[in-house]
Amino acid sequence: MMKKLLALAIGLMLAAGLSACGQTDEKLYVYNWGEYLSDGVYGDRDNLAAFEEYYEEITGRSIKVYYTTYPSNEDMYAKVSSGTSIYDVIFPSDYMVERLIAEDLLLPINIEEVCDELGAECYYDTVTEDFRGLYYDPEDKYSVPYTYGRVGIIYNTTMVDEEDCTGWEILWNDKYAGKILQFNNARDAFSTVQYMLGIDVNTTDPADWELVYDKMLEQKEIIQSYVMDEIYNKMESGEAAVAAYYAGDYFTMLEVNEDLGFFYPEETNIFVDCMCIPKGSGNPKAAAMFINYMLKDEAAIPNAECLFYASPHECVYTDEDYIEEMGEEVMEVLYPEDFNFREQLNKYAFRNLDPETAELVNGLWEELKIEGGLPDSIYMTAGILAALIAAAVIGILVRNRRRAKWY
Amino acid sequence: MSNRRNLAAYPHIVWSALFIVAPMLFVLYYTFTDGAGDPTLENITRIGTSNYLLIFLNSLCMALIATVICLVIAYPLAYIFSRMRADTQSIMMVLIMLPLWMNFLITTYSWMTLLEDTGIINTLLGYIGIGPLHMINTPGAVITGMVFCFLPYMVMPIYSVMAGIDPRIIEAAKDLGCSDRDVLFRVVMPMSISGVISGITMVFVPSISTFYISQKLGGGTFQLIGDTIESYFTGTAINFHFGAALSMVLMIMILISMGVMNRFGDENEERGLLK
Repeated sequence: MMKKLLALAIGLMLAAGLSACGQTDEKLYVYNWGEYLSDGVYGDRDNLAAFEEYYEEITGRSIKVYYTTYPSNEDMYAKVSSGTSIYDVIFPSDYMVERLIAEDLLLPINIEEVCDELGAECYYDTVTEDFRGLYYDPEDKYSVPYTYGRVGIIYNTTMVDEEDCTGWEILWNDKYAGKILQFNNARDAFSTVQYMLGIDVNTTDPADWELVYDKMLEQKEIIQSYVMDEIYNKMESGEAAVAAYYAGDYFTMLEVNEDLGFFYPEETNIFVDCMCIPKGSGNPKAAAMFINYMLKDEAAIPNAECLFYASPHECVYTDEDYIEEMGEEVMEVLYPEDFNFREQLNKYAFRNLDPETAELVNGLWEELKIEGGLPDSIYMTAGILAALIAAAVIGILVRNRRRAKWY
Repeated sequence: MSNRRNLAAYPHIVWSALFIVAPMLFVLYYTFTDGAGDPTLENITRIGTSNYLLIFLNSLCMALIATVICLVIAYPLAYIFSRMRADTQSIMMVLIMLPLWMNFLITTYSWMTLLEDTGIINTLLGYIGIGPLHMINTPGAVITGMVFCFLPYMVMPIYSVMAGIDPRIIEAAKDLGCSDRDVLFRVVMPMSISGVISGITMVFVPSISTFYISQKLGGGTFQLIGDTIESYFTGTAINFHFGAALSMVLMIMILISMGVMNRFGDENEERGLLK
């Protein structure tokens, strides 16, 4: 009896779940970086729900947004290029936009045409002049900028002397041996050397990369670990003293540990993350409307406030409430004066490496990881264990053979 | 009747065809083709270079040590459990399985904060005047993580084999003059070999291919084969073909070692029964 009741209950729940899925007229699949949109999880504004309302107001059709996240451009690329992606909106960085366009994996957004057709107000004008026609998409056909930022150096003021905070050299300062974090991906990690030595980050000269490798090997001695998102934990808890990371994320860490400081080295990485519509999108018009809505002040400001990344949208960085909410210090770091975005992007941004160079970089990265290997004690222990196991197995087999003779 | 039984197997056959056989075929295809889709052996020969052999060796050593530690911890545990009262036994098994209820990514992350220089263990040690001991980002930390995550997979099969041993056999051994020590070494151990073999397989295979544990607890300062494979699917130089070749070689290695172990287990089983 209990079992039947349980089965009935489960059946009813499934039925309810299914019918809830089928209620909307349209669907929109949004694929974004983790924690890269104000989605109401932390009690901030739920921009996804707000878009659903906005879309219904304009078109009279209900829509459901399915929101999933990815940890890196490369993960996203692997999904989108597989040919089975169903996503409608993605958020690739500059060099990835270039690659996706080159491989014919994006649809034109046509934001103005779609707005006209549906009778909606178009908010594209808020995208600042500086962010139009950038190298990866000269005609602004396939991408709309979403955020931008630069890499800087985060340090713990209780552990690091201010006078050492001069530039990338601090990551090679053996005063902080065992307290330094480095990026755990080849491109970002190698770029710290390239910016320090003034080598072009997109160089195709193998000799340049070898030079970078030597410097990385030198650093490996004093490094605590190679990290990506673990950096939050390690910087917040004071486990590590100094690390390079994105300016926006510094403020997220600062909220937990107020001892943290930040500065930009003279030459540093710069990126812009965009909104794009990948091929295979089942609903490109709704996708264009989604992008349009993300440019509207009521959505763009909460996004910028929640992300702490700089916004290329005029409606955000000129908004008085936003400026007040961010505070002077944050505004200074995110929107420094006399900052020429286009020039910096052209000079310092990552571009796609040709396959040969990419292989070389990856090979050097692997070598860096292998270099030094495991401590000898591990090999010795494993060797002894293997010998013991072999001895035991042989012993048992011999005994068995001997016993077999008795029967 | 037999027809019906065949029908009942279909869901599993369809499942394995879709999610096990088909992906394997993809791996095979990628292994033996290059970027343009032309057949090539280059991916395989490239593994023969010293770097990758060293990575394989490193993974093998780490997995071997983790497996042996698991076995040393799990075997007495399983033996003690199997001698307990029936209701205590089930409570103990729930306790052993408890860590599995939590996602192992989360347990690994927690180990990271436990083992750090400013982590919980070192803070506690600091109160009693020891330390700080440097534990995180060492191979030892990675092995600890592996042992913690995979220990239940060693305890369970050994325990279930031991619990299945007929108590009358042990009684008979004692009646015939076996001491407790002899009961363990001459009766229980030979009869529990099959459990040990499956336990070893279930710990060794995930240990040798892990990448998450080594990244979080090893601090990325050394690379295991799992990390390497992952980097070819999501890293800077995405190369599905070489990544597939690496997985292929790993699979073959695992298959061979499993085959050897199973043979050994079978042989022993027969002898055990003959006795």
